[in-house]
Amino acid sequence: MKALSIRGLTKTYKGGHVALKGIDLDVEAGDFFALLGPNGAGKSTTIGIISSLVNKTSGTVSVFGFDLDTQLTDLKRQIGLVPQEFNFNQFETVQQIVVNQAGYYGVPRDVAKQRAEKYLKQLSLWDKRNSPARNLSGGMKRRLMIARALLHEPRLLILDEPTAGVDIELRRSMWDYLEAINRQGITIILTTHYLEEAESLCRNVAIIDQGTIIENTSIKRLLATLSRETFILDLEPTTDASVAAGIQLEGFQWRVIDDHSIEIDVEKSQGLNRVFEQLSAQQIKVLSMRNKANRLEELFVDLVEKGRQPAAVVGV
Amino acid sequence: MQSSLSYIALKTIWIKECTRFLRIWVQTLVPPAITMTLYFVIFGSIVGARIGEMGGRPYMEFIVPGLIMMAVITNSYSNVASSFFSAKFQRNIEEMLVAPVSPTVIIGGYVGGGLARALLVAVIVTVVSFLFVEQVSIHNVFVLIITVVMTSTLFSLGGLINAVYAKSFDDISIVPTFVLTPLTYLGGVFFSIQLLPGVWQTIAQANPILYMVNAFRFGFLGVSDVNIGVALAVLIGFNIVLFITAYTLLKRGVGIRS
Repeated sequence: MKALSIRGLTKTYKGGHVALKGIDLDVEAGDFFALLGPNGAGKSTTIGIISSLVNKTSGTVSVFGFDLDTQLTDLKRQIGLVPQEFNFNQFETVQQIVVNQAGYYGVPRDVAKQRAEKYLKQLSLWDKRNSPARNLSGGMKRRLMIARALLHEPRLLILDEPTAGVDIELRRSMWDYLEAINRQGITIILTTHYLEEAESLCRNVAIIDQGTIIENTSIKRLLATLSRETFILDLEPTTDASVAAGIQLEGFQWRVIDDHSIEIDVEKSQGLNRVFEQLSAQQIKVLSMRNKANRLEELFVDLVEKGRQPAAVVGV
Repeated sequence: MQSSLSYIALKTIWIKECTRFLRIWVQTLVPPAITMTLYFVIFGSIVGARIGEMGGRPYMEFIVPGLIMMAVITNSYSNVASSFFSAKFQRNIEEMLVAPVSPTVIIGGYVGGGLARALLVAVIVTVVSFLFVEQVSIHNVFVLIITVVMTSTLFSLGGLINAVYAKSFDDISIVPTFVLTPLTYLGGVFFSIQLLPGVWQTIAQANPILYMVNAFRFGFLGVSDVNIGVALAVLIGFNIVLFITAYTLLKRGVGIRS
């Protein structure tokens, strides 16, 4: 079953700015889906239309089979939205915010209070339940937004840059939480600028740029298209002042970063074994190795740049 | 199912609104008590003692219903205007927009909040008036209640419409300052329009607040410058027009959806 189905969606804002140029998009139920794109690409407009915060110009949207135009009430019940910006009342307490949100979805107050306890505990906010939201830290506010979106127990959770400005430790704990609720069956659509986040969490991805979907595939397939990767190798120090400067590596492009580190480009067809064979032959031990850039990031930049290049001139 | 959902959502918005104005009671409930006390002292005790009677009643008694109505109008309007605009400004209106809450429920919740504050303020001002008036009689409780409820509803709707269009906090103070205050002062709060020269009496009848103040005064004292049936019809008519306007604006998402 499809959690989300979009056909021919367009949006032209007052003033003539065309944000979406007829996009088609499907997200399967149970998926963890990344919607990526540079700033102003149309991600937030798409999310705004799905969650009925933005009026579409044309096209159709359905969520779990409920149509945006004809079954809006049912459609809204399926969705939990975590917007990019904090949009709760800063003067209300944490508990008031989540219980009120449940009330807007018709959840009786006693049930809402039980659920508030459950989700606030899961997100480590229960101790702060009586604090006004303005007193929370940035990370706590982000978690509060997630708790608020879950109170009516939606089937589709849309997260618009949920970890923006969150420290790495908290970000990872949020990833764990999102993975756990996805395993429980909640479909998740995630937009993020942290591409390692999309790579580690999501199974499928759509890349949107200038109002058009330029790629829509699985993360696995997308990464498989990467033809070249750049690695950084940290080498074991020897008596030589600069172990890196004395290295010989045939068939590879590589650069010295410092006395004990090199950067090397490896084509997919070459494989890494040849690198290690040559280094072993020179009695050089590799202590650690990492990608220079996130793999998805490289592809993302590549795809967006390709999409923006003018069409090639054919003929003379 | 849908009616149960709407009822819970309505109750939620109403509780949220009441919690809001009660949380900031120093800003919402105390000022009308102080302002009205000053009106009673200055216009009632000091100036009123020299005026004597108006509409066949001691001047102090005559102005009590008008002052209560003045507080009702101001508080219902400003409650909804400031609350709805703040929700727009802080974007927490989106909490309701993403949820299956109909425009009618949003209007009902906000107007309910404005009504609750206005009625509470009306009770406070009435209690304050006991300090200055020897006897407060009620001539027609039905007219009294229907008038105060409809007036409060009307100005709550007005505040909501104002907030929908407002783009800054200045925009929600323009109408109270330049429209509501003059119309209220000229709406027979402090005087009977029978004191005005002929042409001005006719012009004064174009002021809708005149009908509200006089209907309310009729409920209290049994005296009015206008026909009560006409006054109630004016109230009903304005309520219908403003409700339809507010509903249409919210349905179209004016000022709240891109």
